[in-house]
Parts: sequence; structure tokens; C-alpha cells
Amino acid sequence: MLQPALALGAAFAYHAVLMSSPAPRPPIIKAQHLLAVSDLSVFEITALLDLAASYAEANRNADKRHAILAGATQVNLFFENSTRTQSSFEIAGKRLGCDVMNMTVSSSSISKGETVLDTAITINAMQPDFLVVRHQSSGTVELLSQKVSCAVINAGDGQHEHPTQALLDALTIKRHLKSLEGLTVAICGDVAHSRVARSNIALLTKMGAHVRVVAPSTLLPTGIAHFGVEVFTNMKDGLARADVVMMLRLQAERMAGSFVPSQREYYHFYGLTEEKLKFAKKGALVMHPGPMNRGVEIDSAVADGAQSVIREQVEMGVAVRMAVLDALSRNIRTQA
Amino acid sequence: MKRAFINAELVSGHGGLLIEGERIVAIGKDVTAANVAGAEVHDCKGKMLLAGLIDMRVFTGEPGSEYRESLASASEAAAAGGVTTMIVMPNTNPIIDDAAMVDFIQRRARDTAKVRVAPMAAITKGCVGDAIAELGLMKEAGAVAATDGIKSVANAALLRRAMLYARDHDILIVQHVDEPSLSGGMMNAGERASVLGLSGSYSLSEVMLLERDLRLVEMTGCRYHAAQISCAESVAVMARAKAKGLDVSCGVSINHLSLNESDVGPYRTFFKLSPPLRGEEDRQALVAGVADGVIDVIHSGHDPQSDDTKRLPFAEAAFGAVGLDTFLSVALNLLHNKSIELARLSHVLSEMPAKLLGLSQGKLVAGAPADFIVVDPNRNWKVEPAKLHSRSKNSPFERRTLEGRAIQTWVAGRKVYSYAD
Repeated sequence: MLQPALALGAAFAYHAVLMSSPAPRPPIIKAQHLLAVSDLSVFEITALLDLAASYAEANRNADKRHAILAGATQVNLFFENSTRTQSSFEIAGKRLGCDVMNMTVSSSSISKGETVLDTAITINAMQPDFLVVRHQSSGTVELLSQKVSCAVINAGDGQHEHPTQALLDALTIKRHLKSLEGLTVAICGDVAHSRVARSNIALLTKMGAHVRVVAPSTLLPTGIAHFGVEVFTNMKDGLARADVVMMLRLQAERMAGSFVPSQREYYHFYGLTEEKLKFAKKGALVMHPGPMNRGVEIDSAVADGAQSVIREQVEMGVAVRMAVLDALSRNIRTQA
Repeated sequence: MKRAFINAELVSGHGGLLIEGERIVAIGKDVTAANVAGAEVHDCKGKMLLAGLIDMRVFTGEPGSEYRESLASASEAAAAGGVTTMIVMPNTNPIIDDAAMVDFIQRRARDTAKVRVAPMAAITKGCVGDAIAELGLMKEAGAVAATDGIKSVANAALLRRAMLYARDHDILIVQHVDEPSLSGGMMNAGERASVLGLSGSYSLSEVMLLERDLRLVEMTGCRYHAAQISCAESVAVMARAKAKGLDVSCGVSINHLSLNESDVGPYRTFFKLSPPLRGEEDRQALVAGVADGVIDVIHSGHDPQSDDTKRLPFAEAAFGAVGLDTFLSVALNLLHNKSIELARLSHVLSEMPAKLLGLSQGKLVAGAPADFIVVDPNRNWKVEPAKLHSRSKNSPFERRTLEGRAIQTWVAGRKVYSYAD
């Protein structure tokens, strides 16, 4: 098994990797960027989760710092508002010793008419090692990755992917249920507009879980049945005997009645209440990627209840992002 | 208490009906005076005994325009016209677009109406075609289907989503098939309209919306009912869709089976309908469509309008005609002129609407609700506006003599109407 970085971190400073020092940390993933779950193999996912688990443990220590990325620069380029993901990436980078810069788009040159690509190329010229990107349009992060020389991490692109969310969800599940294989995971709600759902479907099915999606047909993407999932349009059937119930945020802007009639009707049929949770397996995990709409997709009693691991998901987010930064740092090519 | 209705002509032949309380106990040739001991016996004297009519398209003015029609006054007209269940449209003021309104209609009907009443829910909020209404909650509250009533849902993207959503909840989508950007005329487009100098409404606006909707049905798999078709081409379109195996149905108003554009005559606003009365060849195609099974339902299209909306120049007058009082009588004309046989007629007036809407009435079988009518098919009566039970008098059949009518109407085992000459 791969040794967690914290055991090695102090011994191998980041620059040592770049300079091809005599004992580089062994690579654990092949990809240069993390754009989508499909960039990772089953083995690589397992390795990343093991690494993240060790970071999770270390993150509960008083001294959380590691020096393995000392001297490296991480730019968080967020074109879409984010609280938890951006701060999670920031903390992850800082705990590994990175210099982290957050770029807020409203104050950037995008508002002066610059294209996304030019912004990225400009930042790239400043020689960052990591570019963490969130953008409202699907595919933007991949486009940027083709034009820059640093490692690019997708922090959410449109309705496409959010791979670190899927990893942190997987880690959270594993901590409680040991293995992902054979579990029944019900992903409920606005699947159509959710990058979280797409990444989770890709990762969980890859790891051998039985994934279900539960939503009104108006919130299911066309062809979802071919994603290797079971499709349900009512919670009772969809949650039956599920090990994990993963709720998705219903985006307020979809509430106008074009996708679902109203918040109250959505809550009535799809909101996770204690009553509906009883359809799932006893003690089933309740998850939510946040931010939550209490009283819309989830009842407060459930969100804050004994089965909820929602806060733990946030904690695992930092650990997973540390593992991803660590893993990608091992693949950054030495400058010629 | 048991009641036996003996010596009647049933759809299946001579026989009788035995009821107890609100339900039917037995029906058929074996229900005779000899074997209904203990029951109160009603001798039908050879008159017809049919399932009460279920009228899938009734507009009232309640709430909002009770001066035109209340649920109570509409139910009086219904009972007289052989209708034991009225399906009321959501185009009231306010619109029936939330569960509280569905509940209101049912409570008002329970307290004031003498026949059964069930509301259809609006498909879109306010029936303005912008956003899907609370279809799931309204179904739970008792709405039997969803429709925007006099409005069509023209936006294809919205209708597609509404259909998907309706499919999840097993709700029947009932569409007024009329492409609004093409329609808007005062009567059927053609020579008559041109002679009268009125703007015409093309049957194409119906056909193209129907064809589009059927494509969406194919895509979404929802249950779909075209509220009313009015032209020969629509009959052909529906026949093709059914041959394809789509779960679709359609209705026609009794007016479109009985009248044509010539009846508009010199600007008679009581014949101004939406969709408009079409040509005679269209009317004949519609009758044939009912007879051969392409058209599933006949409704009255009851739409009460008063002097303030009808006693106006043709172009300014409202659309619509009252039809509950005369519904059965005008329908019997199709029997008299041998266009449609009795079993088929009863099927499209009662059984089929019930089946589409998931109602237990509409069929005279043991265990079903005792909703039935005793019909004298040959009783002539003159349609005199003052004697219509409807609060509005805009009947296209005013002063006509009709042949045949309900002489008794029973709802849930109780007599709610009895004809007195």
C-alpha cells in the first residue's frame, strides 16, 4: 500500500520533486490534471482515498501543517460564487505549504472583456503550479487545461463534473461503511443540473456501488438510464433498502415552475423527511453536498439528525483536496 | 333500502336495475318484478335506462362569475340534461391552480350541487402558459386531470416538461388544441366568413398543434387527451396516432356533431364557438369518428355567457354556448338518425370519460355507484330559454324541438331530477 504523504512530506520538499531529487515520492495517479472522474482508475481512486484518509486523521491534530508543497503556488480561479469549495481548496493548499491566491472574478479582467482563456493564460504566465478552476459553463476547465502548463483541478464546471466532491463523498461513505462495493446509493433531486450527481454516478458505479437516481422526470437528464443507474421518480421506491441517501440542492432559479411547480410541492414529494428516510435501510447515511435548502430538499430534523454525515463531508473535503494536490504534485513535469 | 327499476330497455336489452343505498346491486334481464322482493319497485314502462352522462367539459362561473352560472345552477341543468357528473374547467376567477382551489370546488359542490362535480386542475399557473402549476398536490386534493381549459399550452418546452411531470404522477393532460399564433378568427375560415366579413380561424391551427402535441406525447410517454377536435383532418391525425399505439384520446363537443358553420347565419353569436363550427364535411367526419372509435368522448362544452358577453356584434361577442340542459337530447338525435348506435353512444357519453379520468361511475355494473338516468327517447320538447335550468340562456338550440330526454336522473341512489311536461 502507498504510504501517506504525511509520513514522507517532511523528508521530500516540493522543490525536490521538481528537481528530480534522488528519491522522488512515487506517483499514485497518471493524470496531469484532475478534470473528471474518468481521469482516474479504480486503483487510483482507492490510492487517493487512502491518502486522503491519512490526511483526515492528521487534520485533527493541533499542528496540521506539512511542508511537501512549500514554495509551490496555487491559484483558485473561481468564476462562480463558492464558499465551501473555495475555502476548502485554500485550506488544503495552505496545510501542504502552498502559497494560495484566490481570484475573484467580479474584480478581474473578465469584467473588462477579457476571454476566459486569456485570463488563464495570463495567470499561467505567472508560473503557478496548480490552477483550481470553477466555471459556470461545462467544459471550460478542460479547455483551460489544454492551454496552460500547470496542473488544473476541476472545482466544478457547469453541469458537467465536480470530481473532488465525488472523492470526498466516497471517503465519507467508506469511513462509515468500509467499502463502496455492493452499496446501494440513492442520489435524489435535481440530477439534471448537478455536476455533483454526474461525478458521483461516475465514481460510485466505477467502484462497484449500485447507484439510483430519484427525481421528477423534469429533473432527470435525457438518457440517464444509460449511465448505469436505476431511475426512480418517487422516493418510496427509490429509497427502498438504500445504504446511502444523497440529497442534491434544488437550485432556486429552477423553482419558477418550469422544472417543478413550487418549493412546497417539491418538498411534499421529494423533500427528505424522517418519514421518507424510513424507506431506506435502517441507519442509512444522509449526505448533502451543500449548500442546503432546509425545508426544500431536506428537513432540518434529518439534516441535523443522527444519520446525517453532512458536516463530515465538509471535513473530508479538505483531506481529499490535500490528497489531490499531493498526488498531482508528483506528476508535475520538470521544466526543461 | 333497495330499489328496483324494472321493465327497462338497457344497452344490453330488456331488463332491470337493482340498487341498494348508493350502489348498484344487480343489472340485467334477471332483474324483474318476480325476483326483487323487498325492494321498492319502479316500473320504467319500457323506457331506456342508461348510465348517467359524465360531461368532461363544463365551464361554470363559480368562483368569480356566479351571475352567469354557479355550481348549483349548472348542476340543475346537468341533472335535467342527463348528466350525473360534471367535470369543471379551471378557468374561473381565481383559476383552479392550487390544492386549496381544488378543495374549494369540491366543498362547494358537495354543499350546493345535486350532481357529482370533479375539477380539472390548471396545467400552468394562472392558465397563462408560463410555469407548471402544482399538479401533484392538486391531484392529491382530488383533481381528475390537468388542462388549461379554454387556453392551449402553446410553449412546446413547457408542455414537454408538464407532460413529463404529469407522467410521474399519472395525470391525464387535456389540451385545448389550438395554435394561438395562427388562430384568432371569429368563425371558421372560408367562404362563409368572407361573405360575412369576419376574420377566419383555420382548422390548420388545430391540426398543427395536435400533431405537435402527439410528437411530445411520443417523446414523454404521458397520457394525453385532446379536449375537442373540430375538423376532418384532426380525425385522421388521431386515427394515425392510435394506430401507432400512443396512449391518446380525444373528445368532441355535441355542438360540433350537430351544427356547422352555416348555422351562424346572420351573425348569430350563440353559434360563436371555440373552436368554431366547421363545414358540413367536417361535421360528418366527426360523427363518423365517434362511430368508428377514433373519437372517444362527447361532451357538452357547456359555457354559460350572459347578455353582456353575447348580445354584442359578432366580432365582439364571447365564444361559447350552454349545453347541459340539451346535452342528452341532442346526442339522442345521433341515435335517431342512425349515425351512432346506442351502445357506442352510451360508451362515449359515460363509460369512456370515467375510464380516462379514473372514476368508478359511468358504467352500470354491480358494485358501481348508482348514477343512472331513465330516458324517454321519443319525448318531444321545445327548448325555451326561460325553462333552461342554466342561469345563462345562450343555447344554440333555443326554440328548437328536440326528440327524447331524461325523465329521471339518479345520483348515488337518490333521485335528483324528474321531468314534468
